[in-house]
Amino acid sequence: MSSSTQADTKSVPVQSADGPTPVARKPRGEFIFFALRSKKFIFSVSLLSFLVLLAIVGPLIDGTDPLAQNLTVNTPPSIDPGYWFGTTTFGEDVFAQFVNGLRATFFVGLLGGGLAAVIGMGIGFAAGYKGGWVDEVLNMVTNVFLVIPTLAVLIVISSYLQQRGVLFEAIFVGLTAWPWAARAIRAQTFSLRSRDFIDLARLSGRRGLKIIVLEIAPNMSSYLMLTFILLFGNAILIAASLDFIGLGPTGGMSLGLMMFNSVTWAALLLGIWWWFIPPGIGIMATVGALYVMNVGLDEIFNPKLREL
Amino acid sequence: MSLQVTDLKVYYRTLAGDVRALDGATFSIGDGEIMGLAGESGCGKSTLGNSLIRLDGRMKYVGGNVNLDGADVPIWDKQAMIPFRFREVSVVPQYAMSAMNPTRKIGLMVRELIESRGMAFRDINVELERRIDVVGLDQSVLKRYPIELSGGMKQRMVMVISTLLNPSLLIADEITSALDVSTQRAVAETLVSFRDHGFVKSMMVITHDVSILYQIADSILIMYAGKLAEKASTTTIIQRALHPYTQMLVASLPEVGVRYADKKLTGIPGSPPSLLTPPTGCRFRARCPLAFAKCAEEPPFVEVEPDHSVACWKVAGPNA
Amino acid sequence: MLSLKRISKSYKVGTFGGKDFLAVRDVSFDINEGEVVSLIGESGSGKTTVGKMVLKLIEITHGAIVLDGVDVASVKGADLKQYYRSVQGVFQDPFSSYNPIFKADRVFGMLQSEYFPDMARSEWNDKIEAALRAVTLEPDQVLGKYPHQLSGGQLQRLLVARALLLDLKILVADEIISMLDASTRIDVLNLLAELKARGMGILFITHDLSLGNYISEKTVILRRGVIVEMGATQKVFGNPTHPYTRMLISSVPQLHKKWAQIEAELAAPIAGRGGCLFHEAYPLAGRTHDGASDDPTMAKIEDDHFVGCFELESEKISRVA
Repeated sequence: MSSSTQADTKSVPVQSADGPTPVARKPRGEFIFFALRSKKFIFSVSLLSFLVLLAIVGPLIDGTDPLAQNLTVNTPPSIDPGYWFGTTTFGEDVFAQFVNGLRATFFVGLLGGGLAAVIGMGIGFAAGYKGGWVDEVLNMVTNVFLVIPTLAVLIVISSYLQQRGVLFEAIFVGLTAWPWAARAIRAQTFSLRSRDFIDLARLSGRRGLKIIVLEIAPNMSSYLMLTFILLFGNAILIAASLDFIGLGPTGGMSLGLMMFNSVTWAALLLGIWWWFIPPGIGIMATVGALYVMNVGLDEIFNPKLREL
Repeated sequence: MSLQVTDLKVYYRTLAGDVRALDGATFSIGDGEIMGLAGESGCGKSTLGNSLIRLDGRMKYVGGNVNLDGADVPIWDKQAMIPFRFREVSVVPQYAMSAMNPTRKIGLMVRELIESRGMAFRDINVELERRIDVVGLDQSVLKRYPIELSGGMKQRMVMVISTLLNPSLLIADEITSALDVSTQRAVAETLVSFRDHGFVKSMMVITHDVSILYQIADSILIMYAGKLAEKASTTTIIQRALHPYTQMLVASLPEVGVRYADKKLTGIPGSPPSLLTPPTGCRFRARCPLAFAKCAEEPPFVEVEPDHSVACWKVAGPNA
Repeated sequence: MLSLKRISKSYKVGTFGGKDFLAVRDVSFDINEGEVVSLIGESGSGKTTVGKMVLKLIEITHGAIVLDGVDVASVKGADLKQYYRSVQGVFQDPFSSYNPIFKADRVFGMLQSEYFPDMARSEWNDKIEAALRAVTLEPDQVLGKYPHQLSGGQLQRLLVARALLLDLKILVADEIISMLDASTRIDVLNLLAELKARGMGILFITHDLSLGNYISEKTVILRRGVIVEMGATQKVFGNPTHPYTRMLISSVPQLHKKWAQIEAELAAPIAGRGGCLFHEAYPLAGRTHDGASDDPTMAKIEDDHFVGCFELESEKISRVA
């Protein structure tokens, strides 16, 4: 609905009271320049790279099966091989559990976050671009998914599926975490849709999907990247929370599962700190690094947030 | 009141260097004078207007002096400027219509503004109501939210608020640009009435629209690429401009009654120079049909007739 | 060539879309070959809506658009693509018309992939160069650059060049110079005049009467979605009859006459007539243009000069909103 009021500043010529535009720089060069200056970005990327490296390389260094229970129980960490992070009440190698858990955590984050991103983008773009009744219907769907009590649903499902793998958890997280992304992308698409270059694309004979893919999405690329990072972090957090209350995968190992086990076996009371501190720090570090990277990237992409 | 600006230089800091947006402005405004400041985008008029009241974070004060009613105005010092702003010098900013807090009723916003200046609202209440009448608004506007008002009404409300404390100098920055033709006239005439009523002593009206200035301004200052080009009374500028840029600018304005078939107007070929690395000498040289050898040296802004200053070697003579 | 016949656009407003808001009502006029038609109106007049309806960017609620004898009001799909070969538009904000992350000449590439997919590269390049020269742009100055590296005037002319790549009959120019500097405005305007001389029909949408007067053959004055006066430009400006037109003309700041003087010149009432000229001609016509009936909407005052009802919705026409 267009109602132009006199406050429509479109009729003001391009006199910028905020000063002249600086000399043009190639967008990519500018990104790298600011990226290297951003402490938040450098810090978070370094931390994440380290954790990813650990997740990939760790299980190769310490090839122990995380569920094997053949070590001395309840041993605090020491430099003896197999005891770097100590052992659990059942004689499991905490370090092996940690690095394997890290792998699983990243897997769930990537797959769950990725799935949520794809669904969110699909619904967000369609609703934002088409408007009208398509928007209404998709909004309704989004709202339904928003209010589904995911915990309750998961409890019901888990009573039917006795064996649940990491894949299931990733898909479940992906199917329930997308609504806010869809909303955000829809809002951005709405605002981009009314720009003149979209009209120009329509006047060039392009329609619908082509416009979304070729005009709108590239314009929002930084926003989409940030959305994915947030979904990634959220997926990890949600998965860890689910694991922590025992609704995680039935096999395998994850950081949340470690914390669940440690609480179940009273590690806090018994002072077995090496059982729950590493996974706690692991989750915190991963999700924290992702959020800090998000803020850092926001500052890099948005010139108004930069300090000169 | 009298405003005397001497060799004012304000640059913008950017990654690529300093943009020399205002590079040496010297002029004065007399008591009761409405001076129009005109020029195209990037000429520095907004920078000049804004530098007199605030320097935003990207502006860098480089040199020059501003003297208002005999007192130096410390434009480089944010804290020291506070007693000047709103009391001595006030501004109606560009996009003023969007400058009102959308979540506050207008009356409340004015109250907060007044109290932030250490004054009691009841002291100016009566005057506020009187001025709302003068601009032709209804008293109920104080109880409304900005979104309930039309563009012209918002503009006039901002003008009332900006001049509440009877400043000596009012800077009006593009206040008619986003308005319809009919409201433009109302707002422009309101501006003049403020001066006639004595709410404001003098004004600097910044705009790109020279024809509005013809209607309301006493004198016009034309700027080009950060430098002053010409200053004279309004009729002189429109009818007997001396600077080639001014002449070409005035000649390129279409008017009701002038048709393409009868008289084809011409623009000014080329575009303004970059202010990051401005050319030496006269900045209009590249586009000027009268350029000659002396133009490689920068022409000074000198008075060639009483109250008529020009920065052009051709006009002022090579020995100016 | 292009004929608008009683075009209307309504939007659903209010909770649950109960009420109808008519943004444009019963607008009819023609654009012929080699003619510039100025569509003049203030904000809220619906002029941009009319422009977008001609460009089929907004759906038409009622009425017909006839291009060379064919009603195109409801074309879609491949027919729409065909329509865009003949009708194109240029918008107000040059910087918003380009996708800022791509180079400016991508707009040419878009046309090629949609309309000329089989054309040889060199032939296409020649076509582009010819179009650029027609709008007085140097190819090496504007090709390969990003939008922020070019000026507003260059960007607008680039858009006109783009339109010239097709077999254009009608160009819709929606406030295309209001965001340009005074010295470049006139160049773009003169360009439009040259295009008109080559046979193109141009719909020039603006709020600036001086521009309309400078360049157009016909003028249509729009207020709140309804035409109040239209006809040959010299007649509309020389003999403004509708009170709204007179008010507009008296408010335009002119360079050689003060407002008071212009108003005095216009104040003299039309000899012998105090009432509404439209209803003098059609006393039984509806008070407001309902769009439902076939009632005439304009009354003829003289050759090529029409006026609508003087009082719309019994609102006095006042200067200030």
